[in-house]
Amino acid sequence: MAHLAIAVGGDGRVSAQTAEPQTNSAVSAYEAVIGLEVHAQLLTRSKMFCACSAEYIGKPANSNTCPVCLGLPGVLPVINRQAVEYTVLTALALNCEIPEFTKFDRKNYFYPDLPKGYQISQYDMPLSRNGWLEFEVEGAPVRCGITRVHLEEDTGTLHHAGDVLQSARSSLVDLNRAGVPLMEIVGEPDLRSAEAAREYLVRLRQILMYIGVNDGNLEQGSFRCDANVSLRVRGSDALGTKVEIKNMNSFRAVHRALQYEIERQAAVLAGGGTLVQETRGWVEARGATVSQRSKEYAHDYRYFPEPDLPPLALDSAYTERVRRTMPELPAARAQRLQEKFGLSAYDAAVLTAAREDADAYEALASQVPAKLAANWLMGDVAALANERRVALHRSGLGVDGLAALLRLLDAGTINGPTAKALLEELYESGGDPAAVVQERGLGQLDDEAALLAIVDEVIAANAAAAADFRAGKEAALGRLVGQVMKATGGKAQPQLVNRLLRERLA
Amino acid sequence: MTARTITQLAHELREGSTTPRRLLDNALAHAEAAEPSLHAYLALTRELAERQADEAGRMLERDPDGASPLCGVPMALKDVLCVDGVETTAGSRILSGWKPPYTGTAVQRLFDAGAVCVGKTNCDEFAMGSSTENSAFGPAGNPWDVERVPGGSSGGSAATVAAGTVPYALGSDTGGSIRQPASLSGVVGFKPTYGRVSRYGLIAFASSLDQIGPLTRSVEDAAIVYAAIAGGDPRDSTCDPRPLGDPLETLGRGVEGLRLGVPREYMGEGIDPDVRARVEEAMAVLEGLGASLREVSLPTTHAGLSTYYIIAPAECSSNLARYDGVRFGLREDDPSLTEMYLRTRDRGFGVEVKRRVMLGTYALSSGYYDAYYRKAQKVRTVIAEEFARVFEDVDALVSPTSPSVAFTMGDRDDPLSMYMCDVVTLPVNLAGLPGISVPCGFSPELPVGLQVIAPRFEDARVFQVAHAYEQATEWHTSQSPLAATAA
Ligand SMILES: [Zn+2]
Repeated sequence: MAHLAIAVGGDGRVSAQTAEPQTNSAVSAYEAVIGLEVHAQLLTRSKMFCACSAEYIGKPANSNTCPVCLGLPGVLPVINRQAVEYTVLTALALNCEIPEFTKFDRKNYFYPDLPKGYQISQYDMPLSRNGWLEFEVEGAPVRCGITRVHLEEDTGTLHHAGDVLQSARSSLVDLNRAGVPLMEIVGEPDLRSAEAAREYLVRLRQILMYIGVNDGNLEQGSFRCDANVSLRVRGSDALGTKVEIKNMNSFRAVHRALQYEIERQAAVLAGGGTLVQETRGWVEARGATVSQRSKEYAHDYRYFPEPDLPPLALDSAYTERVRRTMPELPAARAQRLQEKFGLSAYDAAVLTAAREDADAYEALASQVPAKLAANWLMGDVAALANERRVALHRSGLGVDGLAALLRLLDAGTINGPTAKALLEELYESGGDPAAVVQERGLGQLDDEAALLAIVDEVIAANAAAAADFRAGKEAALGRLVGQVMKATGGKAQPQLVNRLLRERLA
Repeated sequence: MTARTITQLAHELREGSTTPRRLLDNALAHAEAAEPSLHAYLALTRELAERQADEAGRMLERDPDGASPLCGVPMALKDVLCVDGVETTAGSRILSGWKPPYTGTAVQRLFDAGAVCVGKTNCDEFAMGSSTENSAFGPAGNPWDVERVPGGSSGGSAATVAAGTVPYALGSDTGGSIRQPASLSGVVGFKPTYGRVSRYGLIAFASSLDQIGPLTRSVEDAAIVYAAIAGGDPRDSTCDPRPLGDPLETLGRGVEGLRLGVPREYMGEGIDPDVRARVEEAMAVLEGLGASLREVSLPTTHAGLSTYYIIAPAECSSNLARYDGVRFGLREDDPSLTEMYLRTRDRGFGVEVKRRVMLGTYALSSGYYDAYYRKAQKVRTVIAEEFARVFEDVDALVSPTSPSVAFTMGDRDDPLSMYMCDVVTLPVNLAGLPGISVPCGFSPELPVGLQVIAPRFEDARVFQVAHAYEQATEWHTSQSPLAATAA
């Protein structure tokens, strides 16, 4: 279950292993105040304001464009209804209020990846506000406020012949991404550690993927995160100088960058220095944040209402309609599965990490014992999914195929080793496990009379081992069982072989 | 021969006394003869026009009765309107050589009806001006006196219709840019209700004020063109999808029993006495036709100009940000990105455009937004409410279109006196109302225009009043000296 491993595990939940040692003793005197801003591309078919595809990756430069997203003179935007619905759905999943009236605004600034010279965004009347997200950090509950969730458009991308735009010899502009619907989720500065920040992101990403609005890809940038970090003396309510951190494109980078920044700020403060309000970029190779621009050069975005788009009135009936499409969210689902199937909290969390995995588990657990389904999903199936880079629900075998396989196992038609071998064989190619078992005669040998004959042959041929066992050496039985299994091509039911050997050697 | 209307040409095309190709050849010949003194065009589009004329000929042959009255009739487009593959500059150096890869909605509707596009007309750069002197490619002349301006910003469109080259042209009106040049050039100019004509394909000046409309030789023609271009468009969310009705339905109904208001503030100080006299004579004509006239008040009119000159520049400062040298139009190369931006925009934009971009940038700046932009929006609401209240008592308003007749080129060299040209037209844009200018006499030999304003979406009532007046007078039959050579 690669899916599962990436969603929860990956670099998300293995915090204990990857957390960097706290080398700076100054840190303990201060408390970190962290707020995260997440930009998530929406999985709509078309772009935010035109009919171009929202799938832009891998296309020839500037081929996924039209006059509207190129920002040509004379064009006008038209709101993508699906994007509005996805944003409302997200806001509801994050417990936000949805005002009945919302509008778009222009955020004005010059940059070559911004074709109109302004980004259509939302300023003072966002689609939603005042929500929260709850999760646990090292066993302790955390509630992080959500300031707002609003909708805007993505920019194009630049390819520099050089490090940065200003010093590049030349730069190429690709507007395939320009206009892709982008949701901005602004969190309150309620996070107090790099671990809490990472957990917040893991949980947020999980919810977005659960409700199907975002694919959660940090590397490709469909899920991006900026952080605001400040420090204050422990016990104080005052807010320190805020530093914005950018360029973190993995959970690990977020954790490392925030940890680095907390230590850097603590060292400055402990040394009697003052911090500058600035934007710093995380440079992975150096393991450090580096100053990009200070407040003096801050933009004045000159926001004003977008005159090309009438305000949107979303009445409560609309919001309720959207709410009814909400799937069960991961926390609630984990809780329910825990109760329904008697799972441990850990197993429930792992099995509900991704919606497809939870769906798979529920489908399996309704056909075979819940514990058996859990063991296989978290064990052999997860390992195989990881190794082959194909999630179960996308594999040839599929959830139904696995269910058929486990039913054979559960009914005793095949034994464990055969089930595992079949899983590996059919995982990608697919096929009907029952038919394969039938065709190749892989069915478990449980005819006592037939087995007894083989058992007697093995005892006769391995007199030394038989004598050892009779002399009280338990381990010798294993060798005999192995011989019987070998003689039956692995098909014998191991428990039965065991019993028959013991009876004959008694 | 004299310059004819769309209705007349449509009739001639059907009775077989002319063909689209012949009309086109005449129009092109006339344009070429008039251009050296008029400069109404930035480009003639002969190739496109010939193709369209031939297609129109086939359409007329196939179904003469089903074809639009616009089929086979030559026309011109203000150069702020995008036509696929045809250079479109908005009168600006920064768009020199730019050919849009698409055609705008209103224009496409005309093309689909069989219109024959003779050329792109001269205008103030990005439609910012009232004289067409702000065109980066040189001013246009007024066919009544080529030393004078034709008004603006749709000056080229007004001039070519007044010169008799084509019976109609499209313009755009942000603060009076169709009605004022129509008034100064002695033709009909109509600005529809905001949201009636799609702006898709109109190079934006101020999005909440811009509206495309026709300049014609008769009110009926204005209604015909309007009927062809108006109506909902999925590409423009500010365009009203409700059905249009028949805009020509009210023509010929007369004004008997209609209550017409005369805004006191539109007749007072700043209006040339001779212009006022012509407009008062026109009001007397309407009264004679059975309308009742009464004075009304729009007390916030005095704030209209300053409100407009905050909102329009604010929107323009943002709308014009895309002209950055990166993707199209002019680029002044420089190793530094910032320098490239600065040099491109410095060289590409004219003085008036720069002035408005700076005004707008300032008005939207942090710390000034509330004092300027927000306050202007509030005043705009007050102005719209005043109109709405007045329209509880009257059916339409009548006033001068422009405070003065056409002035001599170079005469208004300070921006404020130029801005005053639009003092009685721009409140109509602020409130999103329909308005028309119809010829109402001369002062002494230069045309004067009467403005008729109606409530939002009552565009047909504007036609009703203007048509009644027009039919009762002879002014619309007067031809400019240049029109005498029309064929
Ligand atoms: Zn597009």
